Amino acid sequence: MSHTSNNIEQFSYDNRIVKQFAIATAFWGIIGVLAGLLIALQLVFPSLNFNLAQTTFGRVRPIHTNAVIFAFVGNGIFMGVYYSLQRLCKSRMWSDKLSKLHFWGWQSIIVFAALTLAFGFTTGKEYAELEWPIDILITLVWVVFGINMFGTILTRRERHLYVAIWFYIATWVTVAMLHIVNSIEIPVSFFKSYSWYAGVQDALVQWWYGHNAVAFFLTTPYLGIMYYFIPKAAGRPVYSYRLSIIHFWALIFLYIWAGPHHLLYSALPDWAQSLGTVFSVMLIAPSWGGMINGLLTLRGAWDRVREDVVLKFMVVAVTAYGMATFEGPMLSLKNVNAISHFTDWTVAHVHVGALGWNGFLTFALLYWLFPKLWQTKLWSVKLANWHFWIGTLGILVYAIPMYWAGWTQSTMWKQFTPEGTLQYQFLDTVTHLRPFYMLRSIGGALYIVGMVMMVINLWKTAKAGVFLANEKAEAPALIKHVSIQGKEGWHRAIERRPLQMLVFALVAVAIGGIIEMIPTFMIKSNIPTIAEVKPYTPLELQGRDIYIREGCYTCHSQLVRPFRSETERYGEYSKAGEFVYDHPFQWGSKRTGPDLAREGYGNNKKSNSWHYNHLADPTVMSPGSIMPQYVWLYENKLDISSTRSKMEAMKTLGVPYTADEIENCNKLLIAQANEIYNNLKPEEQGLITGSQGLQADHEIIALIAYLQRLGKDIEVSSSPAVNQTASNQLP
Amino acid sequence: MSAFYILLGASIPIALGFLIAFIASAKKGQFDDVYTPSIRILMDDQPTEQAQEQQPTLAHEPYEQQH
Repeated sequence: MSHTSNNIEQFSYDNRIVKQFAIATAFWGIIGVLAGLLIALQLVFPSLNFNLAQTTFGRVRPIHTNAVIFAFVGNGIFMGVYYSLQRLCKSRMWSDKLSKLHFWGWQSIIVFAALTLAFGFTTGKEYAELEWPIDILITLVWVVFGINMFGTILTRRERHLYVAIWFYIATWVTVAMLHIVNSIEIPVSFFKSYSWYAGVQDALVQWWYGHNAVAFFLTTPYLGIMYYFIPKAAGRPVYSYRLSIIHFWALIFLYIWAGPHHLLYSALPDWAQSLGTVFSVMLIAPSWGGMINGLLTLRGAWDRVREDVVLKFMVVAVTAYGMATFEGPMLSLKNVNAISHFTDWTVAHVHVGALGWNGFLTFALLYWLFPKLWQTKLWSVKLANWHFWIGTLGILVYAIPMYWAGWTQSTMWKQFTPEGTLQYQFLDTVTHLRPFYMLRSIGGALYIVGMVMMVINLWKTAKAGVFLANEKAEAPALIKHVSIQGKEGWHRAIERRPLQMLVFALVAVAIGGIIEMIPTFMIKSNIPTIAEVKPYTPLELQGRDIYIREGCYTCHSQLVRPFRSETERYGEYSKAGEFVYDHPFQWGSKRTGPDLAREGYGNNKKSNSWHYNHLADPTVMSPGSIMPQYVWLYENKLDISSTRSKMEAMKTLGVPYTADEIENCNKLLIAQANEIYNNLKPEEQGLITGSQGLQADHEIIALIAYLQRLGKDIEVSSSPAVNQTASNQLP
Repeated sequence: MSAFYILLGASIPIALGFLIAFIASAKKGQFDDVYTPSIRILMDDQPTEQAQEQQPTLAHEPYEQQH
């Protein structure tokens, strides 16, 4: 380089912060997968829900997803970024204080998250379940991370920004935007809020977030990590630096549009669905650009892959990335999605990504970093190899049964008899899948065994070595204002200006998001209003909050797709106008249990006593059911002190409650509860009650009120003509 | 349908803009040096005394250097 000088500066890299994040990664990784194993086993042995609210599937599942995404991968990101950014910028992290604040801030968020989720404080939006005070804390800690990162970039000693840094910058900017936009909610109390958006709009925003959480939390930072650590581990440069530049820009621009592929055949306007599909299919190009670049970096070094366990993990990680990003676009095709959506196929898909790509790349990093940080050799290469093979086997034993289960489940749902009636009860499909769920649990357990081996190995490695807290380094100071010889392209110019780069990245991703959301908000024709759709009564509203609290949406969808197999089973397909008062929407993403959108209507309608007994012990009403027992709903008194503030919050959000209704909210609530109570009273002998017997003020009464309300509005408005169109649209 | 026009009206110019920027930058020689940065990260910045003994060992094979 022409601008080197003799002005060599001495400094040191902060390894302590890398060590802290590394330990946190391993620790939360184990916790996250154990939570996953518990919920996997609960689907086979429902008694493992322990009849305790805090350990029931609906509450542990968000703990599992949040722990794996934000605690395991989150700490993994920070470990990788804090190590590589310092070396790429030839500069210590900008502020040790901010590094510390970032670390402890993030760990406290994780602890708060685990506790609040266990105790049922949730927004009910997948992967964004944390309540508003924690949302604010996340924002603050993210800003701390940002200041520290950009501070380091601005005080760097290396003019060129290596490709990994662009990925880190894009990650920071986009995650900040996604988190803030999706978390706009109106607080009701310190631990309860309602999403600002309703129904279809909420769904669009949520999956714009959800998809991009995958894109910008699980993918872009890990691609950045890949671009630093694979060349480092292999001792050779990235296959094509040019490809890395092209695929970076293509990836961030395309990813932001793909969110609606989570909502195919839903009540989301068709144009938005198609847009999501088109961009998802295009995404294969930049995704595979990254995969190919990662794998080909090892060209000519494949002999080393045989020996080096770090490279082995990396190869499987990048291969899993390639498989997941091939499958993603395929699942975004409407005809494939018609089969895969709501089934275990999706679960298999995300676990190839999470266990393979994120998990294995994280393990590779840990195995590479620990000997470096502790200035020694890995304690046991043999044990690490065992981890590699057991982990790989674990992924296969997890994924294959889940693919099989997903396909089986979907075809069973859609199977008609020659007479034209549905062949299988929903319950038949559930009991049929139990062996697959068992196999999946074994796969997960194998993966965990591998992780435990890793923790032992890393522990022993650290014990055998001496930790190097401050790694000495030297580099020439960066000379400002260099005259550039020759031609300079815009990209080169941006590379040297991180703030402009930040703005560009923000603009690129914001355009995608805004264009998708503005029309849905602005154009009324997208959401036909249905006159019969009325706001929830005070009791139903309280019941809905219990539904959200217990995480019912983790197993039950509330969205009937316009297929004959679904309209036959559940009734009229879902319309956008039905969800206008749903803050948040509860469409769900998985049908471990049946859809509940029409639970209170038509053939699905059950008596109050059926619900009462079913929620106390599902197997009594549905033998073979794997649903947990919700016994605490029969002991807890419904907290009616919150009714008024909840209704007022809803009114602020545009739900047309009258002043009179709000004034008399609890009178109305009690009247409706008594109605249900009086309906149940004659059958009291046959009811499974808690220790206090049948009571009108138990939480269960509110939940029944809500379940009986589901899909009822449309009962009045549906006509044979509408049904006709529904059955014409089958796949 | 009006949403469609908003979408097309916004996305086509952006897509074109990116395409033009890409072609222009490629023509300007932006991607001429797509080699040095990828090599540079492999070097460690240890102080000179140590650097003597710990030179990064690159398993070199003939790369296609563009300059």
